[in-house]
Amino acid sequence: MLKIENLHAEIDGKQILNGLTLEVGAGEVHAIMGPNGAGKSTLAYVLGGRPGYEVTEGSVTFNGEDMLELEPHERAAAGLFLGFQYPVEIPGVSNVQFLREALNSQRKARGEEPLSGGEFLKLAKEKAGLLKLDMEMLKRNVNVGFSGGEKKRAEMVQMGILDPKLAILDETDSGLDIDALRTVGEGINAIMRQPDKAVLLITHYQRLLDYVQPDKVHILAKGQIVKTGGPELALELEREGYEAVA
Amino acid sequence: MSDLATLPTTRDEDWRYADPDALKELTAEVLDDWQEVTLSAGETSVQSFVLDDTNPGVTRVRLALGEGARAEIYAIASASEYARLEVEVTLTRGSHFEFGGVTIGGGDVTREFVTRVTHAEPEATSNQTIRAVHWNRAIGNFLGRIEVVRDAQKTDAAQNFRAILLEKGASANTKPELEIFADDVKCAHGAAIGALDPMEGFYMAARGIPPEVARKLQVQAFVADAFAEMQDEAKAEELLGKVLDRLGDAQL
Repeated sequence: MLKIENLHAEIDGKQILNGLTLEVGAGEVHAIMGPNGAGKSTLAYVLGGRPGYEVTEGSVTFNGEDMLELEPHERAAAGLFLGFQYPVEIPGVSNVQFLREALNSQRKARGEEPLSGGEFLKLAKEKAGLLKLDMEMLKRNVNVGFSGGEKKRAEMVQMGILDPKLAILDETDSGLDIDALRTVGEGINAIMRQPDKAVLLITHYQRLLDYVQPDKVHILAKGQIVKTGGPELALELEREGYEAVA
Repeated sequence: MSDLATLPTTRDEDWRYADPDALKELTAEVLDDWQEVTLSAGETSVQSFVLDDTNPGVTRVRLALGEGARAEIYAIASASEYARLEVEVTLTRGSHFEFGGVTIGGGDVTREFVTRVTHAEPEATSNQTIRAVHWNRAIGNFLGRIEVVRDAQKTDAAQNFRAILLEKGASANTKPELEIFADDVKCAHGAAIGALDPMEGFYMAARGIPPEVARKLQVQAFVADAFAEMQDEAKAEELLGKVLDRLGDAQL
């Protein structure tokens, strides 16, 4: 589903990714772990198409399509969801308006009919319930005044509504207390654990992986995947640290 | 015949950011054409002015408010040629003036609001919220004078101007002018000029919203403050719609 080959990328002329290769198949959950500064967030932003993150070499295909050729909004319409480490606040735009605009823009790009206001609210209510987020929160402005945990849960509600094929979740577990971590983990499973979907979890810690069992764990260091293993690799890392394992 | 001696130029403080070429076309008739509104004690009035292509040029309004009266003016300056709304207000005890205005547009065009608010008696309040959104080589201006006369204690006057420039080459000017002769008053003014937040734009794109729709949402959120005090929500929607229609013309 996602195939990254020899990816090199830089920001402001500074090389961050140095030949990263990774393949995630349909129905799989992969975790990427790594120390600070390894390039984890850069990888997420490059895949999302953030301006200023320049790919200098290598390729990324998503269901066989050259993803690097697509604009960020086209990647979303093609089925990519990027979960932000720091979800952005948008004063003056409600979650409901934002998400309805997002969903209908994606549907339009795929040649589907837009959802009506009523249909959309029904869907939003269902997904908010799944993540135990009060529907009132969705009437408020996007992420404005949300706690760290509420922002992350709201991200997962967005993911539920947009129903992507591939989710790249950048430290979705940071800022969550233990109960919220379980809710978010269960949300990821409910929304994404399907044979035609895939997840790339970027995380520092093993704890989210207790709830979302990865099929593969990769260690990212200095802009490359330096080691790949099964779920046991995450436990080993937790015990012994990056320096000993990678 | 127009009296050339009285016609303004950009050397006049109140016209310093105006379009000099447009000023040459002005006539005394236009300048003398004040729309006068007098509100008696406790009366309320809500007016809106849309200076679009059907109504460019200079529009002048003068308001006199009786005790406890409330006047609200909401305005858009979006014409494809010079557009200027001037509002002069005299407030008496306990009265309130609310102004919400948006200048929006591109081209090589100047659009501006000029307000002169006199707090002539104690306990009057005024609040002005102006938003400017421009591109190409357009200019958006707000000149706001607040005069608080001697003994107009407990005056509470506020003005806030913010501009977003969508392209290099566009500009915005603001000139708050506070003349305060009473000592127990609150007068606040703020101004900021910037660009649309690119991180907001990327976040929207990451959710599938194309750039032109994202820009519209951002501008909508930005200008909405100007109409936030409007009780008539349908009217507020209508004004917001006119603003966003103009944005739709932008070739960026």
